[in-house]
Amino acid sequence: MNIPSLEKRLTGQRDWPLDIFNTLKRFDVSQVSYVPDAGHSRLIKLAHADNDIRTTVLTTEEEGVALCAGAWLGGNRSVLLMQSSGVGNCVNMFSLLKSCRIPFLTLVTMRGEWSEFNPWQIPMGKATPAAFEIMGITVMRINSPEEAAETVESAATLAFDGDQQVAILISQRMLGKKEWVK
Amino acid sequence: MTMANFSTLDRRAAVKSLLRDRKDLLVVTGLGSPTYDVFAAGEHPGNFYLWGAMGGAAMVGLGLALAQPKRPVLVLTGDGEQLMGLGNLLTVAVSKPTNLTIAVLDNGHFGETGMQLSHSGYGAKLEQIAEGAGFKSVHKISDLAGIDAYRPRLQDLTRGPHFVKINIAPGNPPRALPPRDGSYVKNRFRQNLDLPVN
Repeated sequence: MNIPSLEKRLTGQRDWPLDIFNTLKRFDVSQVSYVPDAGHSRLIKLAHADNDIRTTVLTTEEEGVALCAGAWLGGNRSVLLMQSSGVGNCVNMFSLLKSCRIPFLTLVTMRGEWSEFNPWQIPMGKATPAAFEIMGITVMRINSPEEAAETVESAATLAFDGDQQVAILISQRMLGKKEWVK
Repeated sequence: MTMANFSTLDRRAAVKSLLRDRKDLLVVTGLGSPTYDVFAAGEHPGNFYLWGAMGGAAMVGLGLALAQPKRPVLVLTGDGEQLMGLGNLLTVAVSKPTNLTIAVLDNGHFGETGMQLSHSGYGAKLEQIAEGAGFKSVHKISDLAGIDAYRPRLQDLTRGPHFVKINIAPGNPPRALPPRDGSYVKNRFRQNLDLPVN
């Protein structure tokens, strides 16, 4: 993991994690759960620093799916942050959302698609959109920092008002290449 | 192979006793027998029955407990369901929802699928795993007197999360089947909390 180099790479471009965070706040999201990813590191910090948001670190992504369902039962809006490698872990748990028609929003940082050097990231990266779609989850994508706020707004409306399950994929091209040598 | 000693405590009697005078308690049930046990103890709009999502009951309870800090929340599940989501125990222990209790009915078997021995039937100690995960409040019960003594703790809002393992006798009592329509149960549950149905 080389988070400093990623954060450095992000300087000079639009602060899209803050745009996402502010949009989630505007939609009254009060629970955030995550399995960490370098691409989500700023959003995770923002969530932890906000006293009105309960932020939960998970051992595996499917926990976050069930957590979102419980939050909704109790009147909270919740968002799950993960990277593409974790999407397959969730597939059976998505049944809970479909069976109960529970609103769901997840933000997924992509690996395995743009300048990926680690072959182990590629199979799940390639399968990520299909893994959501086989379970009936709507897939949206953010390709550039400027699209972030608008896409999250649209997805949050679809999820929390439209009773849908929505995944937003954040392109690896936008996150920058992971650098292993300084 | 080493098998644990199995209890003689009847699961239906144990659950009925545990839920007596439940007041504001909200209950999430793990799939299979715990869902039937809770329904058999008395239908209630504050019950959320899982019929699937194996390994997710404690996390549904966590999301609910965080959203409703003024209501006590009980997750009642079985050993097999909890074993599939052992990471849940770590996540709950780190999150520290003070109003949540995880109760595991442990008969050492996968009762729904032909009574195969579960890992706890082979000797794994769920209460020690909970302790290792970081739960400060861990109890083990194997008779109705223990249930009686434990019951008031379910109302606690400030000192959780609590973990309790309830040793029950293996065996499947007659099925008591709550509604399987998840949307219906969800909407009923939210209405009971005065939340709008979307």
